[in-house]
Amino acid sequence: MSLHRLSVTEISAGLAAKKFTSLEVTNDCLNAINAAQDLNAFLTICDDSARKDASAADKLRASGDSRPLLGIPIAIKDVLSTKGIKTTCGSKILSNYIPPYDATVIRKLRDAGTVIVGKTNMDEFAMGSSTENSAFGPVKNPWKKDRVPGGSSGGSAAAVAAPLVPVALGTDTGGSIRQPAAFCNLVGLKPTYGRVSRYGLIAFASSLDQIGTFTRTVRDCAVVAEILSGRDAHDSTSVAQPVPHLVDGLSTSLKGLKLGVPKEYFIGGLSPEVNKAIKASLKQFEALGASIIDVTLPHTEAAVAVYYIIAPAEASSNLARFDGIRYGYRAKDSADLHDLYFKTRSEGFGPEVQRRILIGAYVLSAGYYDAYYLRAQKIRALIANDFRNAFSQCDLIVCPTAPTTAFKLGEKTSDPLAMYLNDVFTIPTSLAGLPAMSLPCGFDKESLPIGLQLIGKAWDEMTLIKAASAYEASTDWHKRLPTE
Amino acid sequence: MEYEAVIGLEVHVQLSTVTKIFCGSSTAFGAEPNEYVDPLTFGLPGSLPVLNRRVVDYAIMIGLAMNCEIRRFNRFARKHYFYPDLPKGYQISQFDEPICERGHIDVRIEDIVRTIGIKRIHMEEDAGKNIHDSRTQSSLIDLNRAGVPLLEVVSEPDIRSPAEAGAYMRAVRQLVRFLGISDGNMEEGSLRCDANISLRPVGVMKFGTRTEIKNLNSFRFVERALEYEIARQMALLKGGKTVTQETLLFDSATGTTKSMRSKEESADYRYFPDPDLPPLIVEDSWINEVRQQMPKLPEERVKELIELYGLSKYDAEVLTTERSTVDYFEAVLLVCRNAKLACNWVTSELFGALKKAGLDIERSPVGAASLGQLVKLIDDGTISGKIAKTVFEEMFGTGRSPQEILDAKGLKQISDPEEIRKTVRQVIAQSPQQTADYLGGNDRLLGYFVGQAMKATGGAANPRLVNEIILAELNLLKKA
Repeated sequence: MSLHRLSVTEISAGLAAKKFTSLEVTNDCLNAINAAQDLNAFLTICDDSARKDASAADKLRASGDSRPLLGIPIAIKDVLSTKGIKTTCGSKILSNYIPPYDATVIRKLRDAGTVIVGKTNMDEFAMGSSTENSAFGPVKNPWKKDRVPGGSSGGSAAAVAAPLVPVALGTDTGGSIRQPAAFCNLVGLKPTYGRVSRYGLIAFASSLDQIGTFTRTVRDCAVVAEILSGRDAHDSTSVAQPVPHLVDGLSTSLKGLKLGVPKEYFIGGLSPEVNKAIKASLKQFEALGASIIDVTLPHTEAAVAVYYIIAPAEASSNLARFDGIRYGYRAKDSADLHDLYFKTRSEGFGPEVQRRILIGAYVLSAGYYDAYYLRAQKIRALIANDFRNAFSQCDLIVCPTAPTTAFKLGEKTSDPLAMYLNDVFTIPTSLAGLPAMSLPCGFDKESLPIGLQLIGKAWDEMTLIKAASAYEASTDWHKRLPTE
Repeated sequence: MEYEAVIGLEVHVQLSTVTKIFCGSSTAFGAEPNEYVDPLTFGLPGSLPVLNRRVVDYAIMIGLAMNCEIRRFNRFARKHYFYPDLPKGYQISQFDEPICERGHIDVRIEDIVRTIGIKRIHMEEDAGKNIHDSRTQSSLIDLNRAGVPLLEVVSEPDIRSPAEAGAYMRAVRQLVRFLGISDGNMEEGSLRCDANISLRPVGVMKFGTRTEIKNLNSFRFVERALEYEIARQMALLKGGKTVTQETLLFDSATGTTKSMRSKEESADYRYFPDPDLPPLIVEDSWINEVRQQMPKLPEERVKELIELYGLSKYDAEVLTTERSTVDYFEAVLLVCRNAKLACNWVTSELFGALKKAGLDIERSPVGAASLGQLVKLIDDGTISGKIAKTVFEEMFGTGRSPQEILDAKGLKQISDPEEIRKTVRQVIAQSPQQTADYLGGNDRLLGYFVGQAMKATGGAANPRLVNEIILAELNLLKKA
């Protein structure tokens, strides 16, 4: 059977109608995962525990429990702490680390009866845009196996796109859900900063990291995102905003909706085919009743530079704990304490991680803090302000997710800066803490997916769902699956 | 050329909250190593800090007690360095937005009162403990202490002598114990001190080069280290040499300061605001709430003892050295009314017995109410002071109440004049020579008769009455 190709909603309906059991769905997913090992999407596969969880879900369902995620298989990016299950962050330094506690989102998923089938591959410590920075080998894009799936949540994206599972969790710091979603023809949501608890999320950049979803439909996204959301006492940066019932936002008409198109996002470096697809989607939105207006986000050009000061700074701090003393990799044969630190971190961290730690330490160092970190935070405030101003004229912002479609494996690995520019359209939203979603809006000449990005006002995931669902209902992009 | 010492002290106060500053693990002392550990204390990836608001209460309290401005908009900062007892690789502290600033505290040295400025007070977390095991040539790390809340109190460089530094430390200790926010025990590490000292010619405003002295584990060490360092720096300067800015360790065995191996050099801590903790807003309402609920300060209680109970300033100050003592004293006064008598009993008999037994007043076998009862019995004449001492010893040894002991031993003071008259007549009858001498004019022999009468009653007779009756009886004989 190929129950792994069904959406969350379809599986839930099928379970309710007793067409199949959760155990059967889970087994299909596990079989698919095992058959697709060449993608290298998974780092840990939880065969036994997944089957146990599925059987337990089936028992609950038999007793009348019909909650939306009960018995649904899910894959988890290996940056989230799962109790008793190895959590590596795609890094050698945590290759043997088994957390003694669950992240809050994991606890919520377990409480909802979700079945965790495995942990997915990723760029090391979420630093990357292609998943080529994993210590455990890159992930292949299921659409074309010589292409990257995007990063840093490439494993989760590939798992949902192949398809192997109906839904996966990812994390997004500067675009790490949205860009892989665009490369893999998926719906990828980054919630408002503070919407989802970061407790248990192994931190990269604390003021930017957010946990989100990969699904093949907007409805699935709404269902899962709602369950993940909510104030958590364990996370001082999570906010007590009421969690909306996102499925109420599913729409077919966008009458009265004002969409802003930022002129700064349609620049050189944007592939002509992506440009064309986005422009076509604008026409589609108009056909659905929305009006399109031009907006300006004047400080966009500074965003990548600002991000690559703030994110590495916070990363250099967050990764200081990986010293070989309490857990994780510890280098052997060290002469003294300093040597232990030096060897452990030089051997345990990959080159991109080391690069960012060094940049981060530099911009925080005495004498440079004001010129770099402080200044970057000030410009960040200006960028956030740009969005506030734009949102006084429109309800959502529409733009490309990524400047190109999926590039070839190895194409950009020798030029870190070229790699950084992949995130040019996703970074500003992260800096501003706004919710944003990528959804399928076409394919290029090589049949590679193109993603459309919707950016909402703070806490307004509802309008994102509204616009995305209406667009999806009037198009077929999301229905296509890879044939390779 | 006359030089003066310019001393500033950085004091770390370990707070006695129930749980740590950023997580719910216990701060209790004496656990097994790594017993009070949770994801944050262990520095596990994915863990996040959550502020314990009691720590802020305590910070506001000490800020108010030290006349500081309490900051409304506070931030926490990360201070980075690598060491095995620092699990996250950074300490959460406060950098340029500390909770209290610009305060002062009055410190008494003998009869002089000096006002020492308080530059700032900030909140931070403690590190764990690194124990070097020479047997196995390894380092053992205990993280129970990691995350315990600390307040760092930084004084202005207003202290001018080692004696003043000692007095300042004692004042800080008294304050934190009165506020109930810390044990303030230097030997146990709940009060720690680093000293900064430089010399400059008297009259000159510019500061000299300062050194920092660490590892000061008692008030005496603080004073001795500063004495040594002043002499050392003086010798350098008078010899035309310069003082090197460095961090020194105090060696208590030799009483000298030694240069630390420069393992830190000038460490760059790369401070930046902690992105896991939103800014802390301390509203006026919070400050007022703390102000209303905070315990009375030592000066206030001294004032009360003088004004309400008529004690001398000296007595009042002796009683307020510790909050537990003045609390005890006031509990004694709930039972007996004689403040002066109660004060004497607390400060001499009780203190003496406690010292001998090596106990704190909190662990006194004689409770305040019990002592109050005893003092009351003396005050209303039921027993003599001498008898009371015996009773007290028994109370201290057995924990029984004074009434129980009196009843058991039949030690009530004899105040019946007829009974005393009987005894006195017996004494006179048994002492013909002394009687004759007294009647012959030797008035000093009165003491002999009193002594004999007291002895005959086992010290239980009311001395005043004995005196009166002996005089009366002897006078009767005179007339005869």
